[in-house]
Amino acid sequence: MLYFSKLRITLVSLVSIFFIFIAASNFQNPEDSFISKKINLGLDLQGGSYLLLEIDNEPVEIQKLQNTTTVIRNFLKDKKISFNDLRIEDKKIIFNIPSDNIELVQSFFLDKEGDINPYYFQYKSHQFDVNIQDNEFTLTLSKYGLIEIKTSSQDQAIEIVRRRVDEVGTNEPNILKRGNNRILVELPGLDDPMRIKSLLGKTANLTFRFVTQNNNDTFGTEMLQFEDGTSEAMVSKRIILNGENLLDAQPQMNNQTNETVVSFTLDRVGAKRFGKATSTGIGKQLAIVLDGKIVSAPVIRDTIASGNGQISGNFTFQSATDLALLLRSGALPAPLNIIEERTVGPDLGQDSINAGVIALMIGFLLVIIFMFVKYRIFGLIANITLLINLFFLVGILTLFEATLTLPGIAGIILTVGMAVDANVLIFERIKEECKKEKNNIIAFDTGYVKSKTAIIDANITTLIAAVILFFMGSGPVKGFSVTLAVGIFTTLFSVYFIARMLTGLYVVRNKEKTELI
Amino acid sequence: MINFNKFYKLFNLISLSLVVASVLLLFFKGLNFGVDFKGGTLIELRSNDKNINVTSLRQSFNKMKLGDFNIKKFGNENDFLIKIEKKDTSANAIEVIKKDLTSSLGSSFNFRRVENVGPKVSSELLKSGIIAIALSLAAMLFYIWIRFEWQFSLGAILALFHDVIITLGLFSLFSLEINLSIVAAVLTIVGYSMNDTVVIYDRVRENLRKFSDIKIYELTNISINETLSRTIITSATTLLALVSIYLFGGEILKGFSLAMIMGVVFGTYSSIYIANPILVKLRVSQKTILKEDTE
Repeated sequence: MLYFSKLRITLVSLVSIFFIFIAASNFQNPEDSFISKKINLGLDLQGGSYLLLEIDNEPVEIQKLQNTTTVIRNFLKDKKISFNDLRIEDKKIIFNIPSDNIELVQSFFLDKEGDINPYYFQYKSHQFDVNIQDNEFTLTLSKYGLIEIKTSSQDQAIEIVRRRVDEVGTNEPNILKRGNNRILVELPGLDDPMRIKSLLGKTANLTFRFVTQNNNDTFGTEMLQFEDGTSEAMVSKRIILNGENLLDAQPQMNNQTNETVVSFTLDRVGAKRFGKATSTGIGKQLAIVLDGKIVSAPVIRDTIASGNGQISGNFTFQSATDLALLLRSGALPAPLNIIEERTVGPDLGQDSINAGVIALMIGFLLVIIFMFVKYRIFGLIANITLLINLFFLVGILTLFEATLTLPGIAGIILTVGMAVDANVLIFERIKEECKKEKNNIIAFDTGYVKSKTAIIDANITTLIAAVILFFMGSGPVKGFSVTLAVGIFTTLFSVYFIARMLTGLYVVRNKEKTELI
Repeated sequence: MINFNKFYKLFNLISLSLVVASVLLLFFKGLNFGVDFKGGTLIELRSNDKNINVTSLRQSFNKMKLGDFNIKKFGNENDFLIKIEKKDTSANAIEVIKKDLTSSLGSSFNFRRVENVGPKVSSELLKSGIIAIALSLAAMLFYIWIRFEWQFSLGAILALFHDVIITLGLFSLFSLEINLSIVAAVLTIVGYSMNDTVVIYDRVRENLRKFSDIKIYELTNISINETLSRTIITSATTLLALVSIYLFGGEILKGFSLAMIMGVVFGTYSSIYIANPILVKLRVSQKTILKEDTE
């Protein structure tokens, strides 16, 4: 009953010592620490930036519709099926087919093997929903077609975001998908995310196009503003080169003009096209267009066949460096909007840690003084248990390399306050039992047994709250739920293994004592 | 033994009026939502220039024409908290503010914390906060129903509603800010208050089995008394920990710990004066429990 085997005592002690070591390893140099694991500090404690980006998929959808329209036009021409009024209206592709061909065309669009309207076997759905009314075909992106577009643009975007963030060279960035149209970027240690924000805010869609005076350009023309907003120019829609043809881009000083420029190297295809365009277009202006704005539009003086060139445009060294970086990392498939930003400076983080540690120490001290005054020797046992419990809690957080946030520290302090509850329940029960029962050992044992249901129910309710918080909460609040939940388990363990053993040993030695507790 | 049951009626009346007052406050005055739930920009600023104060900051922010904003001291003399309601999440919004501030008041500033929450995110956060609280209440209801009888479940959940509504009512009354950490606090209050109620209920159930001849009115009183010292000690240690967070844990945790302190006080009170009278009202008897045992 109240006998604790040597094996059990040794095991419990060993486990306790193990966790004390692990908890302590957080305060040592990584080299001489016992294990290489550490609690991660959340962004609110170590300082850093949290950015939530949302992909604006509208342009991608429109692009998709435009491409599909072209594909349909060519496809129908190929099959020699007459059609008319092919157009995009309100995100729908609409066209008319003469009555005799309707069934044929319908079969093309519902062909599971065909390319014209791809079929996703995993979703059992086509890319486009097809609706036929009289002679009119209406194609809308299906639910899964939209999901496909979103996930694929998210996949591309996260890759580009990662490249750009890596190029800036921040410390261990964390880049994650959120839902199917968001990207979370965590940048520890970065207290001014301005540069990264401006880098991520640009799509970096680069095109080389001729400036034209001729309205009858076969590809169409558009008026584009210059980057500095001072003037505009008419530019052909024909794209000579785009960012994909770029192999490398670097900021450079032009020795002759003493100007900062971005020099670039083209791949073979790009070099060929560039050579051809520059040889036929001598004397013309070549507009370098970035995200719909003209960076510069130099006049072509010579054929450039080497595939090397320069972009000038009143750059500072910083802006040239950033442009080169954007060009190297490639264009985003769609614009990104920053919909949530949280930045904490490193000094505030350190202040929070200091305040949290002080609050923890004072809270701990108050609780152990209270417990000792109230219960004397049993209070001492509860306090030893509480201390070991803290080591367990910190040790487990370390083992799992959990992220500690400021609310997480609050969770630890709260655990200190609530952890004694189980011991109090037990002690109070033993006290009651002692009034009825002369035998201390039996009173002690019934005390433990009878308080069990209350302790378990009481802890499960707190655990339920913590679990819900974990799944519904975000960021720092999640850290709170983690320490709270882990704290419940370590509390139960320390109460039933450590406190029970210590009280047991004490009771066995003081069997005859009349005022046990 | 203290006769808690003598005051059941009195305290029920008091609780009822507090709940009604809180509901009215929530309805007419509403809650002071922070940027987490309303969207907008929050800046924690530290100045190294002693001459800068709330007034001079307000003047410079007025010039920026950012719409409604609010500036207050935050903790110590040189720290300020600025909340701007405008939901401008454009990449350089903060940068513009920094520049404008430097040009009007000099460069002795340190932006210690910046939070910028777009309208979409804030409404999502609010929604998930409400769902979390509702879900936790439902989960508690369900758990107690399984562990006890429906009468207990009802009593516990009414006690929880009481605590949550009065805590929120006080937040409304004093215009304290509701942010993400307050939702965490409310959920923890739900857990704590439940914890307290469960301990007393556990004893009520045990006593119901033991004594068949004592009426529930007396029985709840006995159970409350038997668990009273535990109730007091646990509330005391929890409050010690929370007061320590409130006083020493820094400005950011103030709202959280304050909500928790209120919640623990009301949670302790409601496990005695809400949870138990409900059992009396519902005429819980040994039969209620025996049914459970034979099932």
